[in-house]
Amino acid sequence: MTRSASPGLLVAIAALALGLVVAFTVGRFPITTVDLFDVLWSRAVGRASSASPAAENVILLVRGPRVVAALLVGAALAVAGTAFQGLFRNPLVSPDILGASAGAALGAVLGIFFSLGVIGIESLAFIGGLLAVVAVYVIGSLLQSRDPILVLVLTGVVIGSLLGAGVGLVKYLADPYNQLPAMTFWLLGSLAATTASDLLPLLGPVAVGSAVLIALRWRMNVMSLPEEEARALGLATGPLRIAIVAAATLVTSASVATSGIIAWVGLVVPHLARALVGPDFPRLLPTSAILGGSYLLFIDTVARTAAPIEIPLGILTAVIGTPFFIWLLARMQRTWS
Amino acid sequence: MSRHQGLRHHDRHLTRVTRRALIAGASAALVASSRARAATVTDGAGRSVPVPARVDRVFPAGPPAAIMLYTLAPDLLLGWPRANRADEREFLLPDVGARPEVGRITGRGNTANLEEVLALKPDLILDIGTINPTFVSLADRVQEQTGIPYALLDGRFDGVAQAYRVMGELVGRRDASDTLARYAEDTVKTISGRIAALPRERRARVYYARGPRGLETGLGGSINVETIELLAQNVAGGTRGGLATVSIEQVLVWNPDVIVTIDRDFAASVIEDRAWAPVAAVRARRVHLSPKLPFGWVDFPPSVNRLIGLWWLAKILYPDLFPEDLRTLTRDFYGRFYHVTPNDAQIERVLAGRD
Repeated sequence: MTRSASPGLLVAIAALALGLVVAFTVGRFPITTVDLFDVLWSRAVGRASSASPAAENVILLVRGPRVVAALLVGAALAVAGTAFQGLFRNPLVSPDILGASAGAALGAVLGIFFSLGVIGIESLAFIGGLLAVVAVYVIGSLLQSRDPILVLVLTGVVIGSLLGAGVGLVKYLADPYNQLPAMTFWLLGSLAATTASDLLPLLGPVAVGSAVLIALRWRMNVMSLPEEEARALGLATGPLRIAIVAAATLVTSASVATSGIIAWVGLVVPHLARALVGPDFPRLLPTSAILGGSYLLFIDTVARTAAPIEIPLGILTAVIGTPFFIWLLARMQRTWS
Repeated sequence: MSRHQGLRHHDRHLTRVTRRALIAGASAALVASSRARAATVTDGAGRSVPVPARVDRVFPAGPPAAIMLYTLAPDLLLGWPRANRADEREFLLPDVGARPEVGRITGRGNTANLEEVLALKPDLILDIGTINPTFVSLADRVQEQTGIPYALLDGRFDGVAQAYRVMGELVGRRDASDTLARYAEDTVKTISGRIAALPRERRARVYYARGPRGLETGLGGSINVETIELLAQNVAGGTRGGLATVSIEQVLVWNPDVIVTIDRDFAASVIEDRAWAPVAAVRARRVHLSPKLPFGWVDFPPSVNRLIGLWWLAKILYPDLFPEDLRTLTRDFYGRFYHVTPNDAQIERVLAGRD
């Protein structure tokens, strides 16, 4: 890590810095750049701010937590996607391939169905995501096969659609006036309801999972080689795979529990990062994290600014992500062949 | 009930003609003021629905229909789309409130099986709600498949009186339906009449909060905010649509004078929530939790249960214009529509919005 930062990483950091200023100063409530720096500065030195109390409130209690949440969720999904694409040696893999989102979705709709509070719903979503991946991993490992990776992915797809059927059943039985809209909103993904108290339960798992993945960055390079070659290099692929899956699942479940289902970030951003800094994990992981955070920050700024009502994140990421991904596919065929 | 069923069963052995004659005579005797019943009535969608010769059992297609039928003719209600909870049954006739869950056949969320519906042998299927081509074709289809008359009525405030009258015609209770229709008309007319005197800009600006964080709201023209939009300005009314999520920032920009919510957790937490503190309604402690027993007062189900909610909200928004005593109004409404007389403690509990 003593090497000089690559130009690609600098591009990512520049995007992040720009994204932060734009995110703080753009929104439904008018906040000027002067207000922003005044509030932040007075916080830092501990004097009263000259900005209006409402502006201060928006910066510190409404927009601030939301910006942090967007950064964390975007970074988490991108890191998990990067890890999974390397681990499964497949460019079409996203962090929810092993059922984390489907499990979280079932947990969340059950929470809404039983009229739990916000904490209950988020906890159920988090636990649902973890349990789904544990189930996929256990079943996938029990099925003996010459290609354990392929079996794991297929098990994930199958269990994921079973959980999807569970979500459908709960929605079918839900109260159509009250619970059904809440479930629909949750499944479309949003950071609208983020408060400061949501940040700690998000930050903890994301920090732990990302730390594990970054610690394994060199080994992940080897893991993206074919199984026999990795073993020939003396790597215990089994335990390592469990560690990577566990860490990526931890960050994905924590993100999805906070924000609802946000597709595409974990699929598209790793490709963009790879285009910037190449496939070497020690560089790829931090770039991916920063780009993922900036990307979701940008999307979320549009989501809360473009109209008086929130535009669901899942819709925006798909609308922006699809053409972007097609463009990437056209440009980057060489990288994966 | 069992006697009724026995009688019905016996009927089946009579010839059609004698049965008709018998019923005509019986209903004339039962309903003294009954005029000759028309062969068909026009429902809220302009469909021509055959009037059943005799109505003993009515299947409600969804919650609004179940509630409206209960208010007019509780004895005819076959069951509820969803079984009532104990706290809801407390404000309903004991035997009717406890009738079984029969599912619903409105829209895509079909939980009732048509064979199940037929097994219940309804004389009429009643559906109250939005009238659009989807629901009209659903009504036509079910009527054709089951051979049971299917009436589709408009549940919005300006359609309620007419809906009652059509229902009265269909089930042969014209007088009772007329009384309820007049109550509905008078309520809407009295309340909107007093508010009409207020210039638009002096009407309260209301934010309707749903969900545990209060960030789901009803957009302009949504059935969810019909109560609010009749009385006040809906701050989210600028965008037309149904339910949507908004950000706290947007609520701060709207800066509503009053917040009406159906979520108890939100109502309890918003006063302490620093992010909401700058909102005028929160500063002035004008956050109001809607009563919801036995059925919601402001939002759902979108049926006549919201009529008393109009009084509640009108008194909250414009106490000077509405000096009536809400407790008296509530007792009167519950007597007329729910056929129960709640005591003072029960009324307090309802008004507090408790479960």
